[in-house]
Amino acid sequence: MSVRTIKLKIDGKEVTAQEADTILEVARENEIFIPTLCYLEGLTSLGGCRLCLVEVKGSPKLFPACSTAVSNRMEVITNSDSLMEYRRMIVELLLSERTHICAVCVANDSCELQEMATELGTDHVRFNRKWTNHKIDSSHENLVLDPNRCILCTRCIRVCDEVEGVHTLDLKMRGKDSQVIIDLDEPWGASNSCTSCMKCAAVCPVGAIYIKGKALSETKDKELPEFVLGRRCR
Amino acid sequence: MKPDDIIKLAERDLNLRRSYKYRINVCCSSGCLPFGALKVLKEFQDAVKEFAVEEECKVARTGCVGTCYLGPVVVVEPGDYLYQNVTPEKAREIVREHITKGAPLKNLIYSNETFFKKQLRLVLRNAGKIDPFRIEDYISTGGYSALIKCLTKMSPQEVIDEVSASGLRGRGGAGFPTGHKWNFVARAPGSPKYVVANLDEGDPGVFANRTLAEADPHAIIEGMLIAAYAIGAEHGYIYIRAEYPLAIQTLKRAMKQAASLSLLEGDILESSFKFDVKLRLGAGAFVAGEETAILASIEGRRATPRPRPPYPATSGLWGKPTLIQNVETLANVPLIINNGGAWFSRIGSPRCSGTKCFSLTGKVKNPGLIEIPMGIALREVVFDIGGGIPDGKKFKSVQVGGPSGGCLPEDLLDLSVDYESLTKAGAIMGSGGIVVMDETSCMVDTAKFFTDFCVDESCGKCVPCRVGLVKVKNTFEGIIRGEGKVENLALLKKLGNLIQETSLCGLGQTAPNPVLTTLRYFEDEYISHIIEKKCRAGKCFTSHKEASRK
Repeated sequence: MSVRTIKLKIDGKEVTAQEADTILEVARENEIFIPTLCYLEGLTSLGGCRLCLVEVKGSPKLFPACSTAVSNRMEVITNSDSLMEYRRMIVELLLSERTHICAVCVANDSCELQEMATELGTDHVRFNRKWTNHKIDSSHENLVLDPNRCILCTRCIRVCDEVEGVHTLDLKMRGKDSQVIIDLDEPWGASNSCTSCMKCAAVCPVGAIYIKGKALSETKDKELPEFVLGRRCR
Repeated sequence: MKPDDIIKLAERDLNLRRSYKYRINVCCSSGCLPFGALKVLKEFQDAVKEFAVEEECKVARTGCVGTCYLGPVVVVEPGDYLYQNVTPEKAREIVREHITKGAPLKNLIYSNETFFKKQLRLVLRNAGKIDPFRIEDYISTGGYSALIKCLTKMSPQEVIDEVSASGLRGRGGAGFPTGHKWNFVARAPGSPKYVVANLDEGDPGVFANRTLAEADPHAIIEGMLIAAYAIGAEHGYIYIRAEYPLAIQTLKRAMKQAASLSLLEGDILESSFKFDVKLRLGAGAFVAGEETAILASIEGRRATPRPRPPYPATSGLWGKPTLIQNVETLANVPLIINNGGAWFSRIGSPRCSGTKCFSLTGKVKNPGLIEIPMGIALREVVFDIGGGIPDGKKFKSVQVGGPSGGCLPEDLLDLSVDYESLTKAGAIMGSGGIVVMDETSCMVDTAKFFTDFCVDESCGKCVPCRVGLVKVKNTFEGIIRGEGKVENLALLKKLGNLIQETSLCGLGQTAPNPVLTTLRYFEDEYISHIIEKKCRAGKCFTSHKEASRK
């Protein structure tokens, strides 16, 4: 089966793409920046963070670039004023959802949420911030799970399932009460399924899952996608 | 069984039905059961024996006639005498006077012309008239004749064309043209194909789909069969919430009976068409009614929506083409096949043909289940069918479309009930809930109530809905505590807009409707809460006052 090459416009720039590609893939190939948080190359797309929403000419709806396939003669706008405003507000919402205090966070300076706020110009939070008091699980020999810093992007769950093939991690509850859990909500240290591959820590964009005794800046693999696609953690 | 056998069965049962001089229909659906409908039914059965009128009077257990505020409700045919609030004692009296002496008990009869006059019962054609536990009852009123017509006289494409011509649109809320959808699924490559009937009616105060399933389960099954024939599907699922035990029981029986007459499973009516249906019970999540969430749930995963495209029509259950329809949409299908698409397209308004079932609740004299032709004015629904506001109170607002419907003020009451008009005014057709509020309702409190519901029901997958709604809720809590600021209102609008535009699924996209419409039409109430710290309806600040008194 041959894949058709098609033409489309992103932010006015004429680009060519393969038919099955997503808008995000095509944009990145052409060095057009679309912010993402829950997306990670090599994992299935979630479409949950809504940062990669783009406008497509002719449709009143917004589309997640990470999971929308390109089509011929599509005209995509990635940076309209209203999109930028939405993105800033979404980062604001994430910062106010749980206990995010950069100064005391293991991920400080190596945090994708922090970077995103800087990048998009979210300089203050207009909403009441919620200080959560979820239990921290540090029962694992090397890994810590701190739900208070989690943004529920589910990268850890997906990498555990799709790459490591274990599915130790999953979600419990719903909505604002959603939480990443180990096995059937058991202490991580008691998990029989966890292979301690530490991929979850490597893909966590914030400081919710981290390796004990190390700041995230020391442990984070800069070549994430390559890592996710194959190479095993040290 | 062959088609002819079904036709013979229909004739036989119709003759049996006609052999009775009287028929007593006792509503035993979820609305009347809590009032003791089963005891009433038992009493009727005993009484006809006692008065020796068994031969001429049939006592039938039926579904809902819609007047849920009068339960238990009993209808005596011929003449459709509607008896209200029937007790076992009254049941005995009805048999003694009405059946044996032919003298209807005038003082017990409910005569409300307007409640029924402006309604048009197509989907609920059999509700309250047939015994949902007897497939013969359905068949004798013309049931499964549309399926027979499809199998013997029509090609699948002709069926789709007929549905397209009818102008029928999805009754689940979005109003997508049904014929289009069928064409998409029929043309989508891949097999097997699936039909999913959506009966996950999770809205508080909405009970239209439940009533349909309890009163006329075979209409849903026949609709599914015709849809499956048209699109070439082999398997079907009815996704129903576990909180509907009677509807589940009714559907289970109906499926079993249909299978025993070779109307389901195997070679249907000895043709080459095969179709089976399974029930799937939802475990209590509002979001599971969203079409992609339903698919996830049926596949055994967490009921969370996913981005579309790909649409279920091309990639649904297990990646195969899947047709998802609300049960009300499906129940319309046999009528369209029997009477023709052109007939159906003349009912209702030009762009919205047919009828819509609504659960009419709140501050109206006649709450219940109604079915109205599309295009009727909201005022007629509230004041004619609903009978207006009880206790001499004044009308304030009507919320259309379930928890994420908009709250409309009095000057919009002449709005016609159709998808476009409602959406333009900030409401939605939704799953069919109409809640009427009088002057004692506080609109700020109302908006908060529905926001709380959506916060609890958000699946948490996307940020705007999961976090944004919580922030809306927090803002309301502040206002109701007397800590509101005028700036809150601008932020509420911005947040509402964000959630509407950027949420992943319909739940999030419509969740801010109550907030945005109350801000649009009742801003003065917000202002008086914030500036004067007063609630005109006297709902809010009460605990505040009590606290200060202490």
